[in-house]
Amino acid sequence: MQPLNRLQIAWRAAQDIGDGMLVNLGMGMPVSVADYLRPDSDVFIQSENGVIGAGPRAPPDRVDTDLVDASSRRVTLRPGASIVDSSWSFAAIRGGHIDVAILGAFEVAANGDLANWDMRLPNKGPLVGGAMDLAACARSVWVIMDHVTRRGTPRLLESCTLPLTAVRCVKRVYTDLAVIEIAPASMVVHEMLEGLGEDELRSRTGAPLIFAPDCRPLRAPPIELPAGGRA
Amino acid sequence: MPIDKRVSTAAEALADVSDGATVLISGFGGAGFPNVLIHALRERGPRDLTLVVNSAVHRYSLTHELIEAGLVRKVVCTAARGHSKEPSPFERLWMDGKIELECVPQGTFAERIRAGGAGIPAFYTPVGAGTELAQGKEVRSFDGRDCLLAQAIKGDLALVRADTADRYGNLAFRYAQMNFGPVMATAAVLAVAEVRAVLDVPMPYERVQLPGFYVDRVVAA
Repeated sequence: MQPLNRLQIAWRAAQDIGDGMLVNLGMGMPVSVADYLRPDSDVFIQSENGVIGAGPRAPPDRVDTDLVDASSRRVTLRPGASIVDSSWSFAAIRGGHIDVAILGAFEVAANGDLANWDMRLPNKGPLVGGAMDLAACARSVWVIMDHVTRRGTPRLLESCTLPLTAVRCVKRVYTDLAVIEIAPASMVVHEMLEGLGEDELRSRTGAPLIFAPDCRPLRAPPIELPAGGRA
Repeated sequence: MPIDKRVSTAAEALADVSDGATVLISGFGGAGFPNVLIHALRERGPRDLTLVVNSAVHRYSLTHELIEAGLVRKVVCTAARGHSKEPSPFERLWMDGKIELECVPQGTFAERIRAGGAGIPAFYTPVGAGTELAQGKEVRSFDGRDCLLAQAIKGDLALVRADTADRYGNLAFRYAQMNFGPVMATAAVLAVAEVRAVLDVPMPYERVQLPGFYVDRVVAA
């Protein structure tokens, strides 16, 4: 079976979002999770800029530049939505009122350390945004990312090499190859792509893996990437 | 004298801004950028400014005009990475050592400004502990968790975009326009709001999202 594409990873994470949760979705791959929520799950999506209950993207004829989410996308509001100012929005984040933050990552360490804000690009300024607040303070932090870098090196590591966003914060990682829980100081594989061997997954992972006794096949329905290949 | 905070032009609203001012500028993701006021500030041309702004590089904000004009000494922000391969005006000046940068996590940024307007000189937060942004910060453990001391931010001037105002300075915002506007207005000596429309009548109380006593001048723009 093919590795999951970016939208299929987002679909897989969306299946684990429970009814009535308050969820924050980070920039990039995570925002796509909103498109695959179970229709009856009544989830509220919180955005750092104060929008609580962002709905789907606005159709072209209903775009409003004053109604944006934290990824600067023009969105709509779902029924029951509200809007607060930035200090209240982050008080909600720091106060532990966000059930799950789903974030992208460059690297995740076996102890749950997260690196997702600074790739040390030359000639580029820093961009931290709300990443540290969410990683440090959401009740649960899930990461969705490709299992390895474009050069094929592991992103799941014994310890991060890039600057940290927060320490010991990641609870679960969804990749194109596996679903992995971060147990205290170890990575436990709960789902793995069919046809992939345990040793093969280990060879693409930079930290020791434990396979759960009930480890299941990782599955997602076919979802085509939009033209251009990037979600 | 009855209260009347309406002024007729952005230039008039900023006539007494001086060199070395700390300027808080609201806006996030295309909503709530006070671009008419930012442009008027550049025209007025005070130098050695410290800007407190969420993004130093956002493409819909005119903040870059102040930076390109060489009016800015320091930027306190959460985002300073440009959108394109070529460095932004801010990134070029920063890499040349001509502008100082303080990068702050967004929640700490908002809360430091809130604290500035709420009489809290400093507070502890777990955000940033164990990261590079903890360097040089006082660390103290609460309930077994390391926290960083964050100091309040106050400004000489706040520039805010809202939807409507009345003569008392009461403000109402549209959708996500609000973002940093309310806390920035509370934390500055002089708070100036540009709005789509100034009402001829007092704003109904249930519409008021920022009480007028925080706002010093309003200009329709």
